[in-house]
Amino acid sequence: MSLADAVAAVMFAAIIAYAVLGGADFGSGIWDLVAGRDQSGGATRRLIDRAIGPVWEANHVWLIVVLVILWTAFPESYVALIQSLSIPFWLVAIGIVMRGAAFAFRKVAPTFRFAQVAGAVFALSSLVTPFFLGMIAGAVASGRVRLDEPAGLWSSWLTVTSVLGGVLAVFACAFLAGVFLAAEASVLSMPDLAEELRRRTLILGVVMGIVAIVAIVPLERDAPTVFDGLTGRAVGVVALSAAAGASTLALLRNSRLREARISAAVSIASIVLGWGLAQYPWLLVDEVTIDDAAGSRAALVGLIVTTGIAVVLVLPALVYLFVLASSNALDREG
Amino acid sequence: MNTAHLLASALQPARYQMALSLGWHIVLASFGMAMPAMIFVLHRKGLAGNAAALELAKRWSKVAGVLFAIGAVSGTVLSFELGLLWPGLMSRYGDVVGLAFALEGISFFTEAIFLGIYVYGWGRLPGRLHSMMLLPMVAAGVVGSFFVVSVNSWMNAPSGFDVVDGEITNIDPFAAMFNSAVGWQFAHMFLAAYMVAGFSIASVYAIGMLRGRRDRIDRLGLLLPLIFASVATPLQPLVGHFAGQRIADEQPIKLAAMEALASTEVAARLTFGGVYVDGELRGAIELPVDGILSFLAQNDFNATVVGLDTVAPADRPPVNVVRFAFQTMAAIGTALVGLVGWFVFRLRRRRDPFASSRFLRALGMAGPAAIVALLAGWTTTEVGRQPWIVHGLLRTEDAVTNVGYIWVTLIGLVVLYTIITIGAIAVIRSMSRRWAAGEHDLESPYGPTHSRPTEREQVNG
Repeated sequence: MSLADAVAAVMFAAIIAYAVLGGADFGSGIWDLVAGRDQSGGATRRLIDRAIGPVWEANHVWLIVVLVILWTAFPESYVALIQSLSIPFWLVAIGIVMRGAAFAFRKVAPTFRFAQVAGAVFALSSLVTPFFLGMIAGAVASGRVRLDEPAGLWSSWLTVTSVLGGVLAVFACAFLAGVFLAAEASVLSMPDLAEELRRRTLILGVVMGIVAIVAIVPLERDAPTVFDGLTGRAVGVVALSAAAGASTLALLRNSRLREARISAAVSIASIVLGWGLAQYPWLLVDEVTIDDAAGSRAALVGLIVTTGIAVVLVLPALVYLFVLASSNALDREG
Repeated sequence: MNTAHLLASALQPARYQMALSLGWHIVLASFGMAMPAMIFVLHRKGLAGNAAALELAKRWSKVAGVLFAIGAVSGTVLSFELGLLWPGLMSRYGDVVGLAFALEGISFFTEAIFLGIYVYGWGRLPGRLHSMMLLPMVAAGVVGSFFVVSVNSWMNAPSGFDVVDGEITNIDPFAAMFNSAVGWQFAHMFLAAYMVAGFSIASVYAIGMLRGRRDRIDRLGLLLPLIFASVATPLQPLVGHFAGQRIADEQPIKLAAMEALASTEVAARLTFGGVYVDGELRGAIELPVDGILSFLAQNDFNATVVGLDTVAPADRPPVNVVRFAFQTMAAIGTALVGLVGWFVFRLRRRRDPFASSRFLRALGMAGPAAIVALLAGWTTTEVGRQPWIVHGLLRTEDAVTNVGYIWVTLIGLVVLYTIITIGAIAVIRSMSRRWAAGEHDLESPYGPTHSRPTEREQVNG
C-alpha cells in the first residue's frame, strides 16, 4: 500500500462517514417532506429538529474533508472531476446552502407560514442534493471523468449509472433516516410516530432492495470496470451489504429498532465501501490511478499527519457529541 | 474588450461571484470567530450569579447558532468555488496550499461539534462544564482563521515551492503556510472579526436603547461587545500599518495602487482622496510634508516608494477601486478609533456612557461601518493583487474556468444570498421581539403549544 493509497483510504473513510451520517441528515429532510402539510406534521418535524439539530453541522464537515483531501492529494483529478461535473456540483452547492439556511431558520421562524416555506425549502433541497451527489458518484464509477479532454457539460453525468447513483443515494438517505428516526421516536416515547415510521421504512427498504438488484443490470454495460469489481473483488462486501439490508428489514418487522439502526448503517457503509474496493486502484475510473493522480509527497505526508491530529482531537469530541445527543442527557424534561 | 468577448469569458462573473461569496462568508465568519468568546464571558458571569448575563448568553447562543449555520454552508460554497471557478489555481497549486485547508477542516469540525454540544447543552449539562464547551470554539476560531488567511496571504506572497521548467517542485506545505505575509495579515483579520462582531452587536443594542430598552440586560448587551471592540479597535491601525509595510516589500504595485502613486518617488508624500485619471492623481489632498508615505512604508523619510509605472499597464490593478476601497477602510477605522476614544472619555468622566443619545446614534452606525470596512479591506487586498491570482506567478485570467455559464450561477447566487440575508434578519429580529415580549424558549411555530399568539397579536398586545 503506497502513501497515496493510504491518503485515498482516509478520503474514502470520510466518504463513508458522510454517506451514513450526512446521509441520515439528508434523509431526515426527505421524511420532513412527507410529514404532512400543516400542524399535523409538527410532531415529526420536532422529532427531526431534535434528531439532527445538534449533529448536522458536524456531519456536514465530512464533505469538506473529502473535498480538501481530494484537492490536496490529487489536485489535477479534483479539477477534472469538478469541471466535468460542474453543473451537478453547482446544484449540490446551492442545495447545501438552501438546506442549511432553511433548517436553521425554521426552528426559530417568526410565524407558521415562514416555517412552512423554510420547511419546504429544507425538505426539497434534502431530496435534490443527495440525488446530484449520487449522480456525481455514478459519473466517477462509470469512468465518465477525463483528465485532459474537456467533457461536455451534460454528457458526463446524464447517464444510466449516474441516474441510478442518484436514485440509490436518495433511497439510502431516506432508509437510514427512517430507521434512525423510528428508533429516536421510540426512545422518546412517541409510539405512534415510531410505528408509522417503522412501517413506512419497511416498505421503503423493500423497494430500495428491488431497485438495487435491478440496478446491477445496466451497470454491466455502462460501468464495466466497477461492475467487474463489485462482482469480483468486492463481492464479499456487497454480500455483507445485502445481508445487513435484509436483516434491517427483519429487525424492522420485529420492531427491534435499536438493533436496526446498526444494521442499516452497516448496509449503507458496506455498499459504499464496495464501490471503493471495486474501482481500486482507479481514482478516476479507467483514467487515472490513485498513485498516478497523487500530487506532491510532502502534501501526502502532511495529510497523514493531519489525519493523526484529527483522530486525537476531533474523534473523541465527535463521539462525545453523539453520546450526548443520543442519551437522555440532551433530552429536555417537561 | 467587446461585449461578445465579455460575455463569453468567465473572468468577470467569476471574480464578482468570488467577491460575493467571500464577502458574505467573511462577515458571518467574523461572528463565528468572536461570538464564542463573548458568550463565554457572559456565561461565566451568569454562573457567578448575574442573571442578566446568563439570559444573554442563552439568547446569543441561539443567534450564533443561526449565524454559524449559514456561515458553515456559505463556507462550503467557497470550497466548491475554488475548483469550479479557479481550476487553474487548484490543479497547479492545490498540493501547495491544501494542507492549510486540511488543518482548517479540523478547526471547522471542532467548531461544529462544540457548537452542537453548547447550543443543545442548555439545561442539560452542568453549568461549569457547559461553559467550558465554548473554549474549543474560541480556539478553533483563532486557529481556523489563521489557516484560511494563510492561504490568502500565500497568494499575496507565494512561497514553499520552486518552479523548475514551468513545473512546481520541492513543495513544502509548511513553508507555504508560514509565508512572509501571514503574520500581520492574520492579526489584521483577527482584530477585524472582533471589531465587526463587537460593533455590530453593540449597534443592535444601541438602537434598542434609543427606542427605550434600557434594562440591565440591554445595558450588558451593549457594554460587553463594545468592550471587546474597544480593545481590538485601537490596535488595528498599528497592525494595519505593519501589514502595509509587508505589502510595500512583497507587492509594491498593490501599495502604489493604494496610494495612486504614478511613478517611483523618493521621500514620497501622503495623499488623501482624489481620482486617478490618465496616469495621474487628480483632486487629492496632499499632506505638505515630504517623506511621510516613505516613512510609513519603509520607516525612512527618504526611502523610495515604487510607482505604478515600474510595471507594464497590463500588470497593474484597477487603481481607483483599490484606492477607494483602501481609503474607505482607513477612514472608517480611524472614525472607529475616535468612537472608542469617546467611549473611554465618557467612562473616565464617570458619566453613564449610554446616557448620550448622540453617542448611541454613533454606535448604531458603527456596526454597519465596521462591516463596510472589513469588505473594503478585502477588496483592497484582492483587487490590489490583480491581474495576479498568485502574485507574480499565475494570472487570474489563466486560472479561471472556461465554462460559459458563470453569469447564470452569479445571478443565482445573488438571488440566493439576498433571500438568505433577508431571512436571517427577519428571523433574528423576530427572536429579539419575542425575547422582549418575555418568551424564553422560543418554541418553533409547529411546536406543541399551538396557542402561541401570532406575531401581530404580540405587537398589538
